[in-house]
Amino acid sequence: MGRFSSIRVLLCFAVPPRCKGTVVAMSTSPPPRYRNNAWREHPLWNWVGLVPFFLFIFLFLIIPSLNLFTGAFVTNKGFFTLENLSVFRNPLVLKAYMTSLQVSLLTAVIGGLFGFFVAAAITLGHPPRWMRSLIMTFSGLAANFGGVPLAFAFIATLGRTGFVTALLKEVCFPGPDGTQICPFNPYDHGFSLYSLTGLVLAYTYFQFPLMVLTITPALEGMRKEWREAAANLGASTWQYWRDIALPVLTPSILGASILLFGNAFGAYATAQALTGGSIPLVTIFVGQQIRGDVLGNPHEGYAMAMGMVVVMAITIVAYSMLQRQASRWMKV
Amino acid sequence: MKAQQINWWAIFWIVLAALYFLLPMYGTLDFSLRMERNTISLKAYEIVFADPRFWRGFQYSTLMALITIVVSIILFVPTVYWMYLKVPQARPIMEIITILPFVIPTIVYVFGLIRTFSRPPFQLTLHAFTTDMLIVAGYVVISMPFMFRAIDVGMRALDVRTLTEAAQSLGSNWFQVLVYVIVPNLRVAILSGALISFATVMGELILASFLVRPALAPYMALLGLTKAYEPAALAIISYALTWFSLGLLQIVSQGGTTRQLTGR
Repeated sequence: MGRFSSIRVLLCFAVPPRCKGTVVAMSTSPPPRYRNNAWREHPLWNWVGLVPFFLFIFLFLIIPSLNLFTGAFVTNKGFFTLENLSVFRNPLVLKAYMTSLQVSLLTAVIGGLFGFFVAAAITLGHPPRWMRSLIMTFSGLAANFGGVPLAFAFIATLGRTGFVTALLKEVCFPGPDGTQICPFNPYDHGFSLYSLTGLVLAYTYFQFPLMVLTITPALEGMRKEWREAAANLGASTWQYWRDIALPVLTPSILGASILLFGNAFGAYATAQALTGGSIPLVTIFVGQQIRGDVLGNPHEGYAMAMGMVVVMAITIVAYSMLQRQASRWMKV
Repeated sequence: MKAQQINWWAIFWIVLAALYFLLPMYGTLDFSLRMERNTISLKAYEIVFADPRFWRGFQYSTLMALITIVVSIILFVPTVYWMYLKVPQARPIMEIITILPFVIPTIVYVFGLIRTFSRPPFQLTLHAFTTDMLIVAGYVVISMPFMFRAIDVGMRALDVRTLTEAAQSLGSNWFQVLVYVIVPNLRVAILSGALISFATVMGELILASFLVRPALAPYMALLGLTKAYEPAALAIISYALTWFSLGLLQIVSQGGTTRQLTGR
């Protein structure tokens, strides 16, 4: 307030015409014309500028979500019921949830570990500077990359006629009886890109960069002094990691892994384009339910979809709690 | 000696990561060039570029992305500005709202949209034009976490109150403050939000596919069911689009969101 009045006074002295239209609400004594609309001084008046945003959100985010939510708890005739929750006893739905949880867990662990090692390599390993910025740039790009093109990329790489498959196929040795043996064709060993394994491989493409992006700040926060202090007290590298580094990093690592979990749990496009819907993920199942009511009861469909929101809400809450834990060590 | 060993270990993981990044890229590029037997050719690209459905999808997605960006800016810039100036206590609520699109998976969100807007009183899915309005609203919601955060971060670097008071003391009204003072100061933040929104909308499959509009991603998914080489070419085109906008984003944001024309 003080800053304002000094600027205003200065300007009024310098350029008197400028003072026309000065917003008087900021000056110290309220001018007469505001006395009649005291409601403008009401604290709620301050919220008026947020009304368009809240209207938009209410119309296009809150109402659709509430509609699903209420849909999950009413019968066809609109009466309240908990019957629809029996959808979670449907073996198909259970299988979908189990598969989704399995894929999300697997990619969170694999992507998390891989991403952690990469992040550790670029922070603690002190590689050449260009390598570090290259990895960070690629991570920023790849973490936002998914969907249909990612599926095509993996088909072109590890599909039946993919480029890596072709390379592996051509590694051949002459066998003892004169025939060629080509032991590395992955499709001879039960591998298929259009399976759960393939899906996990494809998801890892955007999962581990996300881990790199989220865990790098935590690794950068590890102070050199901690390591030196530990070394002074005679700790080995192993003891330093077990007793100091890992306990400090645990909330960050857990939080980031949970984020990865949620990231995979809600993914639809990659799986749909890669497997054509043959792997029963919940997202795929919900998609089929939207297209053609495969459950035979739309309200059970809403209940199944709400189940996903519950899982995601738990992950986000857990993530933000762990972030808060982690930030205790980040204060510099 | 020890430092040397750690370095090799680090370089091992970095090379592994680089391979994971680059092999699928290379595989796709290689595949897309091999439509004609035993030669490298651009045949697959020619076919894609000759397909009117590709251009229709491209046009539609670009238009939707641009409208989404404009609507997001008009909706979010004044909101964030007002929040900083008048109701900083609204921040926790706003943060929860803007993270909601992460909590509600897109497939569930589109389910809710269809259930809400395919029946009276807000029936929007009957006509192409109203469906497009709905889809833009959906895109704005989906890209909200990015856009809102970008503007929020940009605004944090500004001394909003001083800028406002200075502008007002020179005779500006609210509209002028926003358009001539706040927006120019936020240009880097707005640009980075716009770029990530653009990339999101251009690659978005679920909304367009379930609301049955001719966007780029559904066309790609359809092509992927029947063709082999064209999808690879399309993936490369899509990479180029996404990586161009996201790469631009990295350059823009390295310039720093704190740079401002006036104030502080």
